[in-house]
Amino acid sequence: MHDVAVESVAERETRPGTLIGQRIPKLDAPEKATGLARYIEDIKLPRMLYGKILFADRPHARILNIDTAEAEALPGVRAVITAADIELVPFGYGQDNTALKKEKVTCIRDEVAAVAADTPQIAAEALKRIRVTYEDLPVVASTDEARAPGAPVIHAKVSDNTPFRYDYAHGDVEQGIRESDVIVEDTYVLQRVAHCCLGTSGIIADFDADGRLTLYSLTQVPFLYKHDLARVIAVPPEKIRIIQPPIGGGFGSKLDIHPFEPICVFLARATRRPVRLVFSREEEFLATPTRQPMVIHLRSGARKDGTFTFRDVHLLLDNGGHTSWGATTPWISMRTFSSLYRVPHVRQHVDVVYTNNPYACAFRGYGNPQATFALESQVDHLAEELGLDPLELRLKNAHEGGDTTPQGMILQTCGLKECLQTAARNAGWKEKRSASNRQSSTVNRQSSVVRGIGMASLFHVGGGAKIYRSDGCGTILKLDDFGGITILTGSSEIGQGSETMIAQIVAEELGLPLKNVRVINNDTDLTPWDVGVHASRTTFVAGNSALRAAREARRKVLEAAAARLKRKPEELDLQEGNVMDRTSGKPLESIGKVIRGLHFGRSKNELIMTTDFYEPASTAPDERHMGNISSCYAFGTHVAEVEVDLETGVVKVLKITAAHDVGRVINRLGIEGQVEGGIAQGIGYCLSEEVKVEGGRVLNPTFTDYKLCTAPDLPELDISFVETHDPAGPHGAKGIGESPLIPVAPAIANAVYNATGVRISELPLTPERVLSKLHEARGESDRRLEIDD
Amino acid sequence: MPDVIDKVELAFTVNGEPVRLRVAPQDTLLHVLREDLELTGTKYGCGEGECGACSVLLDGKVVNSCLVLAAECAGSEVLTIEGLAANGELHRIQKAFVDHGAIQCGFCTPGMIMATCALLRANSSPSEGEIQRALEGNLCRCTGYRKIVDAVRSLAQGGVADA
Repeated sequence: MHDVAVESVAERETRPGTLIGQRIPKLDAPEKATGLARYIEDIKLPRMLYGKILFADRPHARILNIDTAEAEALPGVRAVITAADIELVPFGYGQDNTALKKEKVTCIRDEVAAVAADTPQIAAEALKRIRVTYEDLPVVASTDEARAPGAPVIHAKVSDNTPFRYDYAHGDVEQGIRESDVIVEDTYVLQRVAHCCLGTSGIIADFDADGRLTLYSLTQVPFLYKHDLARVIAVPPEKIRIIQPPIGGGFGSKLDIHPFEPICVFLARATRRPVRLVFSREEEFLATPTRQPMVIHLRSGARKDGTFTFRDVHLLLDNGGHTSWGATTPWISMRTFSSLYRVPHVRQHVDVVYTNNPYACAFRGYGNPQATFALESQVDHLAEELGLDPLELRLKNAHEGGDTTPQGMILQTCGLKECLQTAARNAGWKEKRSASNRQSSTVNRQSSVVRGIGMASLFHVGGGAKIYRSDGCGTILKLDDFGGITILTGSSEIGQGSETMIAQIVAEELGLPLKNVRVINNDTDLTPWDVGVHASRTTFVAGNSALRAAREARRKVLEAAAARLKRKPEELDLQEGNVMDRTSGKPLESIGKVIRGLHFGRSKNELIMTTDFYEPASTAPDERHMGNISSCYAFGTHVAEVEVDLETGVVKVLKITAAHDVGRVINRLGIEGQVEGGIAQGIGYCLSEEVKVEGGRVLNPTFTDYKLCTAPDLPELDISFVETHDPAGPHGAKGIGESPLIPVAPAIANAVYNATGVRISELPLTPERVLSKLHEARGESDRRLEIDD
Repeated sequence: MPDVIDKVELAFTVNGEPVRLRVAPQDTLLHVLREDLELTGTKYGCGEGECGACSVLLDGKVVNSCLVLAAECAGSEVLTIEGLAANGELHRIQKAFVDHGAIQCGFCTPGMIMATCALLRANSSPSEGEIQRALEGNLCRCTGYRKIVDAVRSLAQGGVADA
């Protein structure tokens, strides 16, 4: 690991014993290592029933009749519900989904009926006894079919099957075209991939006698969720309490309301008993949304010297049968096209089209991995046409700190050039690139394996994303009489390590050992509001809120200590649970004693409790998508080294060298984990993962047929952090959650091109696809030779 | 349907304690551990032996407990994640996972630790390649495996076969 300090760090963070930048094991790790952590599937409430959903299993059909009599008659069945039993309140970004479907189904995962029973086995048996009569409708299996004249209309209120169109522009693309010496044009096809959280989706709904609802939910956005769900289930939001048990992976999958959640509430209401509904792995593959698939048509130009002139973008999204957040991912895609590099003229058009395929939601990167694959593949294509080194071309066009991008994003700090240079230097870019250029000529004749090296960069929000009017987070701190501190934070822990980061920031400020810190972050009755875990925002937003609450508590402790010790607060410091003499470094009194003195004082009695609500200074984008959506921005560069077997088409990633502008490292162990995990997901996205859909049906809903990276796929990693110390970040930190996944696929694809001379613009790079592209490129002469063989 | 087929008597040892109970012939070891014995540290991840979240040791060998019928375990010794820590102290594999940042969402962790336990019992100083292959059947979506492999390597370097 390497560090590149752009500025010197603050004095207090360099003192011995500082927690900032250290390798801090996660606070919840012992609970998880011992098997004691209680995930949703581990929680049983007294009298709890088991819920299960009947899915349509046909892509497009009218529901003529549902007969539940036989299911209801089965002993142990406590409720069977269909759309006829509930109030159908539309939800989701397109308001085109309901918990259960009444008149027709528009994708195979559509929820038609649900059962609550004494055991999961009885619930499963009951589903088999529900008779649904359908009238099948023509299946719209692709965006082409959906937009063809006379195509069946999927949702009546959208007659052209195109519910959303977005346009963005800055500058004048026609002028950019005129000013270009070189223009390239490509089409990129990005597949559906599944989140594959190891813990499947689930929920427990539990009403009390007063009609108050407690939901044990895995949502990443508890406060928005409570608000949105309230309407759907007709329970006032103030009567809903969300408790999040440990969450077995999120990655964006838990950012929306999913139909199984209101369904579970309806079952609990119907039975007046707690109901748990947890998916099987097959249900998880079939009935949870995926990453948004995209077809990206991209044209861009440059002058002879490499200066970018324009970019013309068209995104086509298969929206599937309903709308979740997938339809909004172009909002983030477009920021990469407009602002990863300086480019004066950009135009983007997006069409979002209904089909009878599965639908998509948020997934780590939110439209950015797709955009970055297209853009960074095309930057390499441009570099080749221009005869320039891809590194030099990127450096020439990179933004710098102080820039405001044409889309209105203010880059107070920007480590892109440092990331490019650092990753290139650490990877040995110059030497390896010249050695590997036109690899095929240097291949050992005995071997069919060629090597290549490629790079890609990224741009992403690093200081939250103001999608709503508030992008804030609240914190409540309370110190007890013994030097212990409880932090109530609105932010959620989904495995990413936010709990530990917050504890670290507060402990650092108050000079308390980490073991004295308790974080409560999973109960909306206790914790103050937060937008949720998305947009790589938690370290930045929740960290800032925690820091501000802690600074206020620190001030109060120092004032109390100064009064007791008859010193000035500025002469004192807090370290390792003690009030210290700042000059001599000697401990004077324990913090616990100071607090007890304040609480049980002779003349007055006080407790130390502080609160903070931090609202980042970002602004929500206007109707033209312009604006400073985040308080800071993250950058990074990955260099991939690969081997490609020309006979089998197998691509092996040998090494990823990464450099990320993270502002400042807070927890080194945690941030390394985020980068390493993001790289692994990126490798899967690039090489093997795809939810295969044919005629609206998912063909591979199992881990046998959906190939995730496993331990032996792990390449060598070299990870660096470029510390730009963003003035808005807590201790200078920016968000990092999504960034590491984003540039992996284009870096690998560019390396494959470098190795083979074949540019593949469709993911994943499976052996079959690579081989067929190699064959295509070899052309007729080779093909004839093969026939002769 | 449940209860149609008679339950059978099962006697085996779980985490060093003798256990006797009645199980349905189709019950998996995973089901009996989680539902009958309430040892919920062993996780359901896929139910078809592809993810390794339900890994336990059966007579010292790592198995996917979702693929083993409980009735087959008569007379056997089963070790689950709950059987590792002793006297309130983390087992050294657990401690290595905690200290090396090998745990994020933690759902794969019990299975990973049990697979590690089996590996180290069979081979006290595995190479990096041997570690990667031993953990190939255990999926992790969070960590990218680097820190898991690092944690196991830290134990291998000691070369003590007391896992």
